Amino acid sequence: MSDTTQHIVPYRTYGLILLLLLVLTMVSVAVTQIELTRWATIVALLIASTKSAFVLAIFMHLKFDHTIYRVMVIFIILVMAAVILLTFFDYGFR
Amino acid sequence: MSESIAHHDEHRDDEGSKLGIWLFIFTELLFFGGLFITYAVYRHGNTQAFHLAAEQLDVTIGTINTVILLISSMTIAMATTAIQKKDKRTTLVLIGITLLLALVFLVNKYFEWSAKIDHGIWPGSPLLEELGRGDTLFFGLYYFMTGLHALHIIIGMVLIAVILVRVRKDIITSDNFQLLENGGLYWHLVDLIWIFLFPLFYLIT
Repeated sequence: MSDTTQHIVPYRTYGLILLLLLVLTMVSVAVTQIELTRWATIVALLIASTKSAFVLAIFMHLKFDHTIYRVMVIFIILVMAAVILLTFFDYGFR
Repeated sequence: MSESIAHHDEHRDDEGSKLGIWLFIFTELLFFGGLFITYAVYRHGNTQAFHLAAEQLDVTIGTINTVILLISSMTIAMATTAIQKKDKRTTLVLIGITLLLALVFLVNKYFEWSAKIDHGIWPGSPLLEELGRGDTLFFGLYYFMTGLHALHIIIGMVLIAVILVRVRKDIITSDNFQLLENGGLYWHLVDLIWIFLFPLFYLIT
């Protein structure tokens, strides 16, 4: 048990992830500024999801922690996806 | 790696405490998730008004605040590494930077909101009533969601300040740093929410 809680993530890893997050932010700003209309929305949301995945995996230690946390996070994401899907089935076909 | 946990007589459950903060994070995700769905549904019904309203938000200040939050997320994550390495000074500096960045975020938010209010846009303002339903919905959601997020920033700052004091007083140490890690997890949640707020309100028009 103390093995997982004592895992030390090097500063370098955090630095690299920050760099990646900043690059992704700039890409999403650039993509939405050049008006690709509908695609811009999809790309911006995909980039946001990618950024969240990095924050969850590295900053929030999911990659190094017990599997149970990963399982729970995936479960919550699926619950949200289901609710979003159902809502749009409702509003989309009215 | 540090030696095994120092005080065996102490009643402590680090894993349970971490599980607790994660469960809290899930309730927060579902809470904001509901708000995002509200936003999506209203956007779906008022496409043109949302498009015009979103163009009035300041992308520059939004981008700056995104960068600030991302950096602060990194510094608080690094603080956990520092305490594990028994480097108290670096831990304090990193937590201090996180607090400072949170404050800068709020100052930016203050200027952003002030500019909007100066232009006659606030919940229930006469101008919004004139502009109609779509704009009222967009700015209502904008003020509510960014305001709720700012409230989370303020709560986070209090939490991080408590952690700062406890690190200084050696209550949080290299073999008892769960509060620091939990505070970090909460702070990353605040960052996660902003990662979605930013494109939805500022970028997508």
